Amino acid sequence: MRPALELRELRKAYGPLAVLHGVNLSVPTGKLVFIIGPSGSGKSTLLRCCNLLEVPESGAVMVDGKDITLSGVNLNDLRQQVGMVFQSFNLYPHMTALGNVTLALRKVQKMNKAQAETVGLEALARVGLTDKANAFPGQLSGGQQQRVGIARSLALKPKILLFDEPTSALDPELVGSVLKVMRDLRESGMTMVVVSHEMGFARAAADHVVFMDQGHIVEEGSPQTIFDTPQHPRLREFLASLGQR
Amino acid sequence: MNSTVPLSSMDRFVSSFFNAEVAARYVAPILDGMLLTIGLGLCVIATGLVLGLVLAVLRIQHVKLVNAFIIAFADIFRALPPLVVIILLFFAFPYIELSMSAFTATWLALSLVLAAFTEEIFWAGMLAIPKGQWEAARSTGMGSWGTLVHVILPQAVRMTVPPLTNRTIAITKGTALGSVVALHELLNVSSSASSEAGNATPLVMGAVAYLILFIPFVVLGRWVETRFAWKR
Repeated sequence: MRPALELRELRKAYGPLAVLHGVNLSVPTGKLVFIIGPSGSGKSTLLRCCNLLEVPESGAVMVDGKDITLSGVNLNDLRQQVGMVFQSFNLYPHMTALGNVTLALRKVQKMNKAQAETVGLEALARVGLTDKANAFPGQLSGGQQQRVGIARSLALKPKILLFDEPTSALDPELVGSVLKVMRDLRESGMTMVVVSHEMGFARAAADHVVFMDQGHIVEEGSPQTIFDTPQHPRLREFLASLGQR
Repeated sequence: MNSTVPLSSMDRFVSSFFNAEVAARYVAPILDGMLLTIGLGLCVIATGLVLGLVLAVLRIQHVKLVNAFIIAFADIFRALPPLVVIILLFFAFPYIELSMSAFTATWLALSLVLAAFTEEIFWAGMLAIPKGQWEAARSTGMGSWGTLVHVILPQAVRMTVPPLTNRTIAITKGTALGSVVALHELLNVSSSASSEAGNATPLVMGAVAYLILFIPFVVLGRWVETRFAWKR
């Protein structure tokens, strides 16, 4: 079956600094691919290339078999198919939770207010925040804010969801609520690419784990092989530094 | 004449500054001056704020040549004293066949100065919105225009209400500068009346009229600040 997302020889540099050195990655439909690696290894850049928040120098990003880096691709259509959840939530502070979730439905998908609110409330229900629909981001905990962030992407009914360190900005006791939502999404068959340091979650929920270092994919495999029988010295070193081995 | 009792200093003070008879005589022209000041002020505020916003929005499109013009405009009109601009427009422009009325010259000069400051304030406000706000909106398929209108500007405008209110008040008070080009606005009317009557009462009336005009403005600014502050 054709993968939902495929990266081919992806290269990205900031001036003289190369961040991605020809990365290849395949994300099958309905699977959760987890990307780990030290900071500065290029994981976030890789993720941000998948919806072209960063534009790669060369290589292809295939979504549903179509290369989205080619000119003539409608970026705004594409981005509704590839949702993104951010480390710092990036909710709109001047809008309620429901306002955050419905903005793109109204302005991009051109739904009327009632339609958008129905869809928006459904999305908020999936993250367990129906009762917070009218709260402003500043009135919500970090975990709740991140779940609104997930609902904002989810409402657009994307084919793929990208998570950029979704729990890194959260207090430890709030991490669980966000991971639970992510687990529910996985069970519902959502294709997900997750950059995160939540190794326990990776072990329990990932279908495939990718270890990146210095702009290369150094090793990849099932969670068991990556965490229990790591081969590459850099991966072993990385896991040891996290106390995972 | 010598039979009259000399006025006490208190009486002299009252009759110079709060003379009811003089006040009654000049109420009508001072009200006219006040109306003109209100009209001019509203025109300046509308033109200056809208033009400033348009320039800031143009500037964030990052077109080099356009931005060079906007920056030059903002720098020049923030540096020039508004009085100089008024005098240039009114007395110098006729030499290039561009005569304008005192009202037009004052309105145009103050609007340009307000637009220059407004542009800088909005620009700073938009820059202060975290990059993540753009990214979040763009990642949901919103275009750059939609993102600007629905996500960035509403936040930038709220953030800039206090400096914008202050600057708007400062420049709108500059309508008094129209008196140098014989515009019959509030200050001009009250000071002429004062000379004519040989009494300071009309100037006091003018001062009171300015308070009546601008205190509501200050209060309105504060109300806007609290009304549009989102819950944190």
